[in-house]
Amino acid sequence: MTIASLLSTPSELTDTASSKCAIVLMTRIRLARNLAGRSFPGWSREAQRAEVLAVCREALSTTAPMKRSVSTTVADLSDLEKQILVERHLISRELSGSKDGAGVVINKDQTVSVMINEEDHLRIQVLRAGFQLKKAWSVINALDTELEERLDYAYSARLGYLTACPTNLGTAMRASAMMHLPALVISSQMEKVVRAVNQLGMVVRGLFGEGSDASGSIFQISNQTTLGESEEEIIKRLGSVLESIIEHELNARAKLLETDASKLYDKIGRAYGILQNSHLLTSTEAMNLLSLLRLGIDLNVFPEDSRAVIDRLFIEAQPGHIQNVAKHDLESMQRDVLRADKLRAEFAAFAKPTFIINGQN
Amino acid sequence: MASPLKCDLCSNQATVHLTQIVNNKVHKVDLCESCAQAKGVTDPNGFSLADLLHKDALNPENLTTAARCEQCGFTQADFKKQGRFGCPQCYATFSSLIEPMLDNMHKGTAHTGKVPQKSLERKTLHDRLTELESSLGQAVKTERFEDAARYRDEISQLKQAVEQPKSAC
Ligand SMILES: [Zn+2]
Ligand SMILES: [Zn+2]
Repeated sequence: MTIASLLSTPSELTDTASSKCAIVLMTRIRLARNLAGRSFPGWSREAQRAEVLAVCREALSTTAPMKRSVSTTVADLSDLEKQILVERHLISRELSGSKDGAGVVINKDQTVSVMINEEDHLRIQVLRAGFQLKKAWSVINALDTELEERLDYAYSARLGYLTACPTNLGTAMRASAMMHLPALVISSQMEKVVRAVNQLGMVVRGLFGEGSDASGSIFQISNQTTLGESEEEIIKRLGSVLESIIEHELNARAKLLETDASKLYDKIGRAYGILQNSHLLTSTEAMNLLSLLRLGIDLNVFPEDSRAVIDRLFIEAQPGHIQNVAKHDLESMQRDVLRADKLRAEFAAFAKPTFIINGQN
Repeated sequence: MASPLKCDLCSNQATVHLTQIVNNKVHKVDLCESCAQAKGVTDPNGFSLADLLHKDALNPENLTTAARCEQCGFTQADFKKQGRFGCPQCYATFSSLIEPMLDNMHKGTAHTGKVPQKSLERKTLHDRLTELESSLGQAVKTERFEDAARYRDEISQLKQAVEQPKSAC
């Protein structure tokens, strides 16, 4: 399988069948692993990195989940391919900018990706649409066990899996969920939620864009600490934090409908109009409009079966994906034109909104 | 009234006071306006006190060990620069440096999660083989032939155990 054919295959996130949960769009678990007796990638010479890359690719190629996969070095990827993989959450920005000896192995349905020579020798990731922490853990745990039969991991009985950065020691696991929280954003409650979640030892980040930019009202919530708790305990704790955020978001929606239904419906209606008629859309604006339509689906303004289209467009409206369709280099302005074209076409056939006000149509 | 609190990062007067509970421990940080800005504390989405504490823990003045990792040549000055270690062995080399940081950084200081059983069994087996081979060498050298025969038997048994899984497929 080649990288080009992988990129033209629907991923777990862009596949129209896999959208399952209203508020949690995606669950992701990442494990950091290193080989015993070898320097971490950031402290390795080129030849050492090349050796680790070869050993890891070989070990991965014989595991069950990676039987059908694409295995490539980062050097062999074009800038555009790297960007698309970043937008699909299959590689990190750090890996895409890394020097010689970095690689990635991605399975066919793009639910499993393993980065080699990122910050650690191995960064194993499993990704699932919807709220599926336990499922993701059982898949990644099995793959990790298979790898451990083939590779000698750096491990200490007291400190657990040894990682380049001490903040990842222990389980070396980062479990996260990508959540759509428009009502908490509209009602200015996100700050309060972030503070509460931080106090529980979890981290909140905006998902699209760098840093804390949360376009589309999409946030990533993950565990902060990795040492002193088992994987199952971390997952259980994160799960209950997610449940309580879902509850707050649902309450915020109910409150908005009760007090400000016209204002909320106006936002959704306008977003629908812009997506059907605009000719220039930046990716941030597109994310925000799509986010409002997704909220509309949750509020029964649009039918449930249109959710998959929105979730797919969250990914496909990203710059790399727009660029990829064009097949030639674009200025950002031209990209905004193409993005608007694409969204106009998608929304021409989209269901008409039905607004229920005071229990009546 | 007590004198005004000083910023934890510089020595200006602190105007931003933060309390965060990480792992049931209360952490307090006092910052001046400009350090708070610089650390992104005013942006609730980008801010985590644990990150801040972590960076503070990595402050060069808190470093005391003066060792060099035998395995990879890493020094504590490198750690100060990068906040990352050079190799797995560094954790043993710089244990006095890292141990005190773990308490602030994590929920506990000991691993209670997954154990790489296969990896460890292989290592135990390998270590035992190395040990037996050196004992065998010693026994031969000192002409303790009965002992040598016993070591040889044990070595061949162990080697068989290692190779068994391969012949099974
Ligand atoms: Zn200051
Ligand atoms: Zn070292």
